[in-house]
Amino acid sequence: MVDPLARAWRDPRGRVGALVLAAIAAAAAVGPLILADPLAQPCVLTCRNLPPSLAHPFGTDDLSRDILSRVASGGRISLAVAVLAVGLSVTLGAAVGLVAGYWGGAVDAALMRLVDAALAIPRLFLLLLVLAVWEQAPVATLILLIGATGWFGTGRLVRGEVLRLREETYVRAAEALGANRRRIIFRHLLPNTAGPLLVAATLGVGDVILLEAGLSFLGLGVQPPTPSWGGMILDAKSVLVTAPWAGVFPGLAIVVTVLSANLFGDALRDAVDPRGA
Amino acid sequence: MSAAEVARLRAIFGLDQPMHRQFVEFVQGVVRADLGHSIEHGLPVKTMVASRIVPTLLLGGAAILLNFTVGLWLGVRQAVRRGTREDRVLTVLSLASYATPSFWLGLVLAWLVGIELGWLPVAGMQSPLLARDAPWLTRALDVGAHLVLPALTLSIVTIAGTMRYQRAALLEVLRLPYIGTARAKGVSERAVVWRHGWRNALFPMITLFGLWLPLLVTGSVFVEWVFAWPGLGSLAAGAVASRDYPLVMGAALLAAGLVVAASLLTDLAYALLDPRVRYS
Repeated sequence: MVDPLARAWRDPRGRVGALVLAAIAAAAAVGPLILADPLAQPCVLTCRNLPPSLAHPFGTDDLSRDILSRVASGGRISLAVAVLAVGLSVTLGAAVGLVAGYWGGAVDAALMRLVDAALAIPRLFLLLLVLAVWEQAPVATLILLIGATGWFGTGRLVRGEVLRLREETYVRAAEALGANRRRIIFRHLLPNTAGPLLVAATLGVGDVILLEAGLSFLGLGVQPPTPSWGGMILDAKSVLVTAPWAGVFPGLAIVVTVLSANLFGDALRDAVDPRGA
Repeated sequence: MSAAEVARLRAIFGLDQPMHRQFVEFVQGVVRADLGHSIEHGLPVKTMVASRIVPTLLLGGAAILLNFTVGLWLGVRQAVRRGTREDRVLTVLSLASYATPSFWLGLVLAWLVGIELGWLPVAGMQSPLLARDAPWLTRALDVGAHLVLPALTLSIVTIAGTMRYQRAALLEVLRLPYIGTARAKGVSERAVVWRHGWRNALFPMITLFGLWLPLLVTGSVFVEWVFAWPGLGSLAAGAVASRDYPLVMGAALLAAGLVVAASLLTDLAYALLDPRVRYS
């Protein structure tokens, strides 16, 4: 797997995407340690909705909280949700794809019809249906639900790869040599699906960041007062006329993060499968 | 509210039943084309959902039109100038538009064009001040003005797919021998690209329609809510905010139905337009 990563790094899109993503992750990790408390409301009367200044580079919001430190803390949440949820859905997708592709038959048919049905419903609506049950879903629940609704595409992808790989000579040879199922799955099949999985994961991160921001914007995602990029844009909606900058920075944070994840994902895809370039 | 009153309301909406029982009743209702009643409004979900379909189709149709005309044109440009600076800039721009949250872009446009410049209305589908008996042209222009910003937002955040598909499809076709033949015959480059190339590269774009609809349905939830457009999306967003569960179910069911119907139509369109594709 070193090879595609190295090739993606040589691609300018891959390098820019990776570097920007690393910078954002570093800012989200370090920022909250050195910036003001994102929940602090220093004074309610005179420092609400301040425009950007030296003391508050991104200004303050309607509750006088510092927007820069909220963007940094919100980044922590958004990135953590995205990475954990994508990790979960890629794992689920790989497991289902391996089982369906390797066992075949009725198991395969049942799993793939489930995938067809689930893919027919837009993911946002699946999540709306489930999340509307909660008064306020905790972040861990949010991660589980986003992860559990994101594996369908990956499952189908891995199944296709496994069907192809099963016919490869080296898998046939391993079977002929009497290798057991576990060895074939974990030694031969899984490592060879790592490339497409890595691409799916990278592109998935961008999608999940957008999805979580959208859910938080609808009031169903990360709950206040915990800062999140989508939630900050929701707050900014009500002060659009008086403090338009309040929503600009969290929005830009989303665009830049998702764009760099997708640039890196594109470079990675071309590195894994050069035919598509 | 007294405990007795709460119990009475819970019984009316069936909320005192166990979860699986409620689900069975919901499914039975759907089969009888009965989606239940909205908890917040007390109205039948079916009539509430039905009254929202036309505005959503209007907004979706306008967005598709804008997306396809501009997206196809940009995709063709990119394919013709493959590898140039223009191609790369357009690729990055389309990726950036894909990375933009629709609700954020909507708010930015509403603030910039609607509030700062004051050019276009930013909320609703009709001006509340317009008389009901105004001439139809005035009313149509009014709806049109309200339509511009939401349709623009929705088409910008979904244009990346169109551009990318069109670029790839045309590049695929331009590689074929008959394009070389056309060039050798001395056909002008414009005719080669549009008449010989584009016509044949248009075909794979049918697939895009099926892929595109879930994006449109999802995007309309946010865009309609931001612009207070009286469609299905804003109905769903409002229902979610007030935890009006029957209404959420009804809107989600209709959204899923639309997406399934579009995929089916896409598959059928293939068989209709391409004689090589046959479903037995």
